[in-house]
Amino acid sequence: MNNHRAMWLLAAAVVIVSLPMMVPIFQGSFRGADDQAMAVITQSRPDYQPWFQPLWTPPSGEVASMLFAVQAALGAGFIGYVIGRRHGSASRRDDHDGD
Amino acid sequence: MHIMEGFLPVEHAVGWFGVSAPFVVAGVMRLRRIVRERPQAKMMLAAAGAFTFLLSALKMPSVTGSCSHPTGTGLGAVVFGPAVMSVLGMIVLLFQALLLAHGGLTTLGANVFSMAIVGPWVSWGVWRLAGKLGASIAVAVFFAAMLGDLATYMTTSVQLALAYPDLSSGIPGAIAKFGGIFAVTQLPLAIVEGLLTVVVMNALSGRAGKVDEIQVLCGEVNR
Repeated sequence: MNNHRAMWLLAAAVVIVSLPMMVPIFQGSFRGADDQAMAVITQSRPDYQPWFQPLWTPPSGEVASMLFAVQAALGAGFIGYVIGRRHGSASRRDDHDGD
Repeated sequence: MHIMEGFLPVEHAVGWFGVSAPFVVAGVMRLRRIVRERPQAKMMLAAAGAFTFLLSALKMPSVTGSCSHPTGTGLGAVVFGPAVMSVLGMIVLLFQALLLAHGGLTTLGANVFSMAIVGPWVSWGVWRLAGKLGASIAVAVFFAAMLGDLATYMTTSVQLALAYPDLSSGIPGAIAKFGGIFAVTQLPLAIVEGLLTVVVMNALSGRAGKVDEIQVLCGEVNR
């Protein structure tokens, strides 16, 4: 695939993610859908008590966002490493073909 | 799609563990076979896991005014088949349950079923079907990733509806209610996941674009 198409696809992704925050008709608190679903449950079953608590909870939103960032960074970092290796071996092959 | 810790009744929690367990066992066996028979595929296996790790950490705003995240399981399902993603997806869910209090240990069986089993199987089915219909690799990968993502969130809606039927309209009413929260929110995010999966898949296949890229990725063809 040529790089132009990748650029357009990534640009489209950025637009789709940004639009809800920019266009006034899509209003909301932008809280997590998971939390909303749990709120629905506790509303319809006010007496329901979760029977198990998380073993450990990040002490603050900052710590949680750091851990999410670590998760994303590890994933993206490793993918970048594999992409680099593949491109490197591809260009070495091409050099070889030229001999 | 993370059902939070303690939010499934005990019978449901145990039941979903029972449903997911055979898929995970089959996934472990498949994973071991791939590593044994094609050790050169290890890199790509790890990359498939890394992609899920990355995408499921990204919570994105959606048209419903709430946030949710893609799953990233489509890429690995397309390259290696759905079985391995049950294991890779479970690792991601475990990380989030233990370190982020996101999802949970008691709900792990249910969350593995939606994100690491149903999603990848739908992705793989769509990928095969699109190939038979003559779609290009990019188009097939896009729809595989997108529909797998949506299937995961619909599964979560059904799981919650089974555990919490609507007091007046029963299970169907509850599916509509939870589906309204999850599936509608997920629609634009599923499109984003499809786009990102196409871009990353192409980047991973390096300059080997002309041959059957997917076989190269699997390590079937040692180039």
